[in-house]
Amino acid sequence: MKLLSCRETTRLVSQGLDRELAFGERVALRVHFAICLGCRRAGRQMEFLRRAVRELPVRS
Amino acid sequence: MATSDEFRKQLETLRPYLLRYASLQLRDAAAAEDAVQEALVAALAGEASFAGRANLRTWLTGILKHKIVDAIRRQAREPVVSAEADEEVGDIDEVFTERGHWNDRPAAWGDPDGALEQAQFFRALELCLARLPGRTAQAFMMREHMGFETGEICKELDITPTHCWVLLYRARMTLRECLQQTWFAE
Repeated sequence: MKLLSCRETTRLVSQGLDRELAFGERVALRVHFAICLGCRRAGRQMEFLRRAVRELPVRS
Repeated sequence: MATSDEFRKQLETLRPYLLRYASLQLRDAAAAEDAVQEALVAALAGEASFAGRANLRTWLTGILKHKIVDAIRRQAREPVVSAEADEEVGDIDEVFTERGHWNDRPAAWGDPDGALEQAQFFRALELCLARLPGRTAQAFMMREHMGFETGEICKELDITPTHCWVLLYRARMTLRECLQQTWFAE
């Protein structure tokens, strides 16, 4: 299995929010997450962005 | 049925809010004004259908969403201006090294959901959104705010799925970086 770089990982994480990832893609992500704190954080932060933007706009 | 003055007045008080909302997504002051005007006219004509609903703002926002999508559709049919071609150029590459590793590893965000309780946070988020290129912001808002599927966004913006994923990726990475600097930085 090909190991993903952080660039490829974040790209896949993003696509995972927009389409169903293939089994191999999900495995590759899991392997990368296991060794990379930065990408785990970026993934969580992209999910957080989704929750935040759903709640826009607030009364100012 | 005659529209009550009271109703008209209530609608008017929401105009600034509606304008801000439309501008976030249309990125064009004139188009935003038009969309809001269309929504207000539709709301006036539909006062009866509002009767009994709890929240005027929510109802009106729902009407405005349709007008915004109409406007996006119209914009997509206009000839592509050169500025939009610039969006093809990667601007997030500096986030990674040549070999694809983080230049600056993303920091922890502590309790991000706590931020959702603060109006100030949403101002920061809006400012970050305003810094995105127009089409990138539109694709992102259609996906994450309005909940469109990627296929629908491609159709409305007249772009390929791959282009759409690239725009959404750029939007997420840029917003992440922006919020990191403007809100979550200690």
